[in-house]
Amino acid sequence: MTVAGKMRQYQVVGRKAATEDNANPEAYRMIIFAPNAVIAKSKFWYYMHQFRKMKKTTGEILDCVELVEKNSRIIKNYGIWLRYSSRSGTHNMYREYRDLTLTGAVSQLYNEMAGRHRTRPRSIQIIRTATLAASELKRPNGMQFAKRNVKFPLPHRVASAKRNVKALSDKTFTTNRPTTFLG
Amino acid sequence: MVFKRYVEVGRVVLINYGPDAGKLATIIDIVDQNKCLVDGPTNLTGVTRQVIPYGRIALTDLTVKISRNSRQKTLTAAWTEADIQAKWDASSWAKKLSSKKKRAALSDFGRFKVMVARKQKSSIISKKMAEISA
Repeated sequence: MTVAGKMRQYQVVGRKAATEDNANPEAYRMIIFAPNAVIAKSKFWYYMHQFRKMKKTTGEILDCVELVEKNSRIIKNYGIWLRYSSRSGTHNMYREYRDLTLTGAVSQLYNEMAGRHRTRPRSIQIIRTATLAASELKRPNGMQFAKRNVKFPLPHRVASAKRNVKALSDKTFTTNRPTTFLG
Repeated sequence: MVFKRYVEVGRVVLINYGPDAGKLATIIDIVDQNKCLVDGPTNLTGVTRQVIPYGRIALTDLTVKISRNSRQKTLTAAWTEADIQAKWDASSWAKKLSSKKKRAALSDFGRFKVMVARKQKSSIISKKMAEISA
């Protein structure tokens, strides 16, 4: 799937279509991360027919509702268990992210997996997500920011060339060497 | 080189890129090495609570005594107690920013007045210099 912009979280409920000998089939509920509801429903069937004998033609989706983060004003630590296929096999992985929302952390995950492992979103399956307390974190990067009284300087400020800034100077010629430490 | 300005909870920053450019804000929490959670407070500076990357902010010398994730009420109280707005306006950084703004907004007549004032200033200085060296 294309992951343009932020991911959203959907709760999709579906079941096999009702027949005469099975008038009330069991309904299954899945939490799906997708950019929109259409892809969410499609992913629902993708997973459902891996786990159960159910597919889009023989089933029906009862409900697809977007889940919104309860408190998007505080930073939380998220642990995400995923399964992804690389060029030489498929592996399980556990990653941690700090973000305001779970969907923000999942968006970070997809971007980071693309950057670090060249995995495309189609190769990633999210198995499980959890909100963690600072004491439950396992990866050092998040742990160092989850402490109290974190404080650090910004020693190397690089002006971004993407912002029309002529690499550290707005003049073509200058008499002093550029500096990257701004106070 | 000793560091004096830190990214920390309570540090007052100037946002220098984006829709809130030119406004002050305070760091209320740190997300990771690239971004932090920042709040105006909204009623004092107009910056709403949001995540902002460090590339878009400039650290100032001012800090406010707050704890992590403080609510807007406590933040506003701490700001007014520390009188941040007055301290910022008195700093040479803020004065330079405002004079740049004023200059950019001058009309042609304003620029003419500036030119005349500069000529008067330099004539006073050169007269004094002639007195001293003579």
